[in-house]
Amino acid sequence: MAEYKRPTNEQEFEENFAQKKPLMNSTEAYYESSRCLYCYDAPCMHACPTGIDIPLFIKQIHTGNTTGAAKTIFDANWLGNACGKVCPTGVLCEGDCVYNHQDVPAIQIGRLQNYATDQVISEGKKLFEPGPDNGRKVAIIGAGPASIACACELRVMGYQVDIFEAKEKPSGLTVHGVAPYKITNEEVLAEMDFLQNQLGFHINYEQKISTPGQLQLLEGEYDALFLGVGLGPTASLRLPGEDKAQVIGAVEFIEALRMQQHKISIADRVVVIGGGNTAMDAASESARMGAEEVTLAYRRDKASMGAYDFEYKLAVSAGVKGIFNAQPLEILGNGTATGVRFIKTKTVNGKLESIPGSEFEIACDLVIKATGQAKHPHFLSMIGGLELDAKNRIQVSDSFQTTNPKYFAGGDAVNGGAEVVNAAYEGKMAAKGIEKWLNRDLN
Amino acid sequence: MPDLSINFAGIKAPNPFWLASGPPTNSGYQVMKAFDAGWGGAVWKTLGVPVINVSSRYGSINYRNTRMAGFNNIELITDRQLKDNLREIEEVKKYYPNHAVIASLMVETKAEWHQIVKDVENAGADGIELNFGCPHGMCERGMGSAVGQEPGVLKTIVGWVMEVAQIPVITKLTPNISHIVDPGLAAVHGGTDALSLINTIKSIVGIDLDTYAPYPIVDGKGTNGGYCGPAVKPIAMEMIKELAKHPEIKDTPISGIGGVETWRDVVEFMLLGASSVQVCTAAMHYGFGIVREMEAGLQQFMLDKGYNTIYDFVGKALPNVTEWKHLNLKHKVVAEINSDKCIGCDLCYTACDDGAHQAIKLDRTNGNRIPEIIEENCVGCNLCALVCPVEQCITMERRDDGREQISWHERTQAGSIPTSFNDERAGGNHHFVPTVEDALKHRK
Ligand SMILES: Cc1cc2nc3c(=O)[nH]c(=O)nc-3n(C[C@H](O)[C@H](O)[C@H](O)COP(=O)(O)OP(=O)(O)OC[C@H]3O[C@@H](n4cnc5c(N)ncnc54)[C@H](O)[C@@H]3O)c2cc1C
Ligand SMILES: Cc1cc2nc3c(=O)[nH]c(=O)nc-3n(C[C@H](O)[C@H](O)[C@H](O)COP(=O)(O)O)c2cc1C
Ligand code: SF4
Ligand code: SF4
Ligand code: SF4
Repeated sequence: MAEYKRPTNEQEFEENFAQKKPLMNSTEAYYESSRCLYCYDAPCMHACPTGIDIPLFIKQIHTGNTTGAAKTIFDANWLGNACGKVCPTGVLCEGDCVYNHQDVPAIQIGRLQNYATDQVISEGKKLFEPGPDNGRKVAIIGAGPASIACACELRVMGYQVDIFEAKEKPSGLTVHGVAPYKITNEEVLAEMDFLQNQLGFHINYEQKISTPGQLQLLEGEYDALFLGVGLGPTASLRLPGEDKAQVIGAVEFIEALRMQQHKISIADRVVVIGGGNTAMDAASESARMGAEEVTLAYRRDKASMGAYDFEYKLAVSAGVKGIFNAQPLEILGNGTATGVRFIKTKTVNGKLESIPGSEFEIACDLVIKATGQAKHPHFLSMIGGLELDAKNRIQVSDSFQTTNPKYFAGGDAVNGGAEVVNAAYEGKMAAKGIEKWLNRDLN
Repeated sequence: MPDLSINFAGIKAPNPFWLASGPPTNSGYQVMKAFDAGWGGAVWKTLGVPVINVSSRYGSINYRNTRMAGFNNIELITDRQLKDNLREIEEVKKYYPNHAVIASLMVETKAEWHQIVKDVENAGADGIELNFGCPHGMCERGMGSAVGQEPGVLKTIVGWVMEVAQIPVITKLTPNISHIVDPGLAAVHGGTDALSLINTIKSIVGIDLDTYAPYPIVDGKGTNGGYCGPAVKPIAMEMIKELAKHPEIKDTPISGIGGVETWRDVVEFMLLGASSVQVCTAAMHYGFGIVREMEAGLQQFMLDKGYNTIYDFVGKALPNVTEWKHLNLKHKVVAEINSDKCIGCDLCYTACDDGAHQAIKLDRTNGNRIPEIIEENCVGCNLCALVCPVEQCITMERRDDGREQISWHERTQAGSIPTSFNDERAGGNHHFVPTVEDALKHRK
């Protein structure tokens, strides 16, 4: 009962993953922007982690100053274009738009934002330039949103910036992780090019930093370092049979999907294990790739899922079937996964208990584990004096300085996994922290 | 059903909705379509001397999501042959004997006026309208507003027409004058049967930011146009009121023009003394079908109020339009916020704090966004209620008990007006005004 046909070429892939927030045309932008009330001390702006002056950029769009609108957006958020498309706006800016209180549809802030930034990006309009060289150098590890935001901010202040990235593309999970119906690879990379062309930071691709020797070299050569390493691969489930073929982590599955698109071939029957947003994405994406049967299995009840409600609904609308209170016991199969054995659970006094004798099996050809991303404790332990919290998150001060003063950090590695917009904010604030620290250092 | 028919200075029409002289009345084809759609009368596109029109001709003001909130044109009178227009007037009258066809005219010499009046009477027109209003092009040739702005000349020309006219004559006035009573009175003294107003207001609606030319642009240049559409309605209403209240003019029927688009506009014009209305921009914007809303609305209003004909309420607001000096100085309203309806946009706060009297306070405790009125500071100016985007969320509540009534005029007569700022009787003396130091507290 697949709702989607298997995509066999780029066009079919794009149809199956049609953009949830397509680009507005100028007429749509004109009328939508006309509705904004220009609230005083606007609540939408407070709900944006980067604090974009939303009423201002919307008014700028309305008065035909789209370039100025884009500048307002990038001034607050270096990933303004990606954020317009991938932010969960319903729980951020749009969720706090005053119109909600009178049951009038909230202003489509994300799409308006995108309308403005897309225009300057596609025209390659010059909005920013590096500040005069201040003679200082910063090394950045990782090229995800946190790092890119940090790099842009540092360049504006006149720093030389060198980024070291393990993969061959910038933007981290924005291009490798976010669902394709939120943003296309081309859109993500166009914003990266736009920023790099204007601000000229260097990115060294396929340069994973993994030894104490490399770190020492960087520490010697640079005035400060920024860690924007995000999270690691999918964490282990510690389940018997997890090492079988056709068992894959959600992050790895999604990365393959984003990089190879229609060229990957999805199994007929897919079981996704997990209840977070990544699980919803992996399930939705499997369905959109044309899998016959996609089951999303979560060990607690529906209400306890970490995922946003709208993400679950989106998965269901793509044909995904959710089953709850199902705890996986074992991945079945002879070398290759053929199914998952579950046991039913219930919550007693807040504790999850399995119900004896309630085991059942679901046959499948692919198991996707969406049970969270591991962190990088091994790599981080190579940095002297760098303290992690109990959840292996890097500890930072208000200015995003780690416990090793030369190192600053931001993004998922610090917040434990949030949104692109949080990473963008933290990276930018870390750049300001670096400037503050180095200036005080000089005095 | 209420009776919408009118007898306007002897011109009979099934209803008071007339098309004003302009592009919608350029031909028999359009006028017949309009009558079929429900219009009761049409003032034909002005007939007169030969002209040449330019391209382009219109410009407009878009406000937020509203297109053509104000409209501007540099078009002249008809460029069609007089004989074609006369033939079509005759044909229209054959098909629609009960609808009003009024010929708008603009020529120069006495002989020309005498001739053209005869021509349109022979064609069967029900009335004549003298166009003394056009503020562009024609006035450069000594016609249109060039006449309307010179009461003496206007009176003379009205006199020429009245010498020969057998059918009712309406004189259409220009608003491009500081005192509308002057030309109004001149027309009445010249013998006109009725007045109509306003024609368009001299205007520039915009400048192209690449070519530096005003809209509408004719090969890199532009000229002042005539402004009309919803934006000019308040100006039209004020001028109608001035005439309708004037003792020497008040018995002359007035056809109200300027920004009429809905039944509400129609009723408001009538309450100020108009006994027919004319519409141009709204018909250009939405087509002749717009009259359905006007007709249904006017009928419902009359049913609700128990009126049988429009004459039951024409002019009914005039006694309440008075001079400032007669307003009750003891009347007191203050703003009240309905917190159940408030959406927390805080526009009222910033409007009052920056643009009025610092009578609204914000307390962000627990993320609160619902503002609070500081009643003792509120002067009752209405600004907050006007900016509030939610229907009936801020209301102005009466605080005086209505027992005391005194106006500036009465106080002047009683010798009780303030003579210096220290005078206890001066206004604003006990009103709260923040200090300069308070402004420093807002600095970031
Ligand atoms: C499946 C999925 C869907 C998501 N969907 C959304 C969404 O819809 N909206 C949203 O706002 N957010 C979404 N997110 C979250 C968002 O992508 C992240 O919060 C954000 O990308 C974090 O940015 P970052 O810079 O901290 O880390 P990352 O984006 O993870 O970037 C880290 C970068 O560092 C590199 N790196 C790591 N270690 C090293 C090393 N030792 N040497 C060199 N390079 C290294 C990595 O290769 C990577 O490029 C999603 C995340 C996932 C997993
Ligand atoms: C509430 C109010 C009070 C005004 N008071 C004055 C005044 O005291 N002196 C003056 O020259 N104009 C006064 N004006 C007119 C304005 O200066 C301005 O000419 C007019 O409002 C047109 O501009 P606008 O369309 O931007 O409002 C006032 C306008 C408003 C709205
Ligand atoms: S809350 Fe809504 S209406 Fe108010 S400024 Fe923000 S987007 Fe505009
Ligand atoms: S009525 Fe005027 S003074 Fe009173 S609160 Fe409203 S804006 Fe302020
Ligand atoms: S303007 Fe109206 S809705 Fe907005 S804060 Fe004031 S009372 Fe509330």
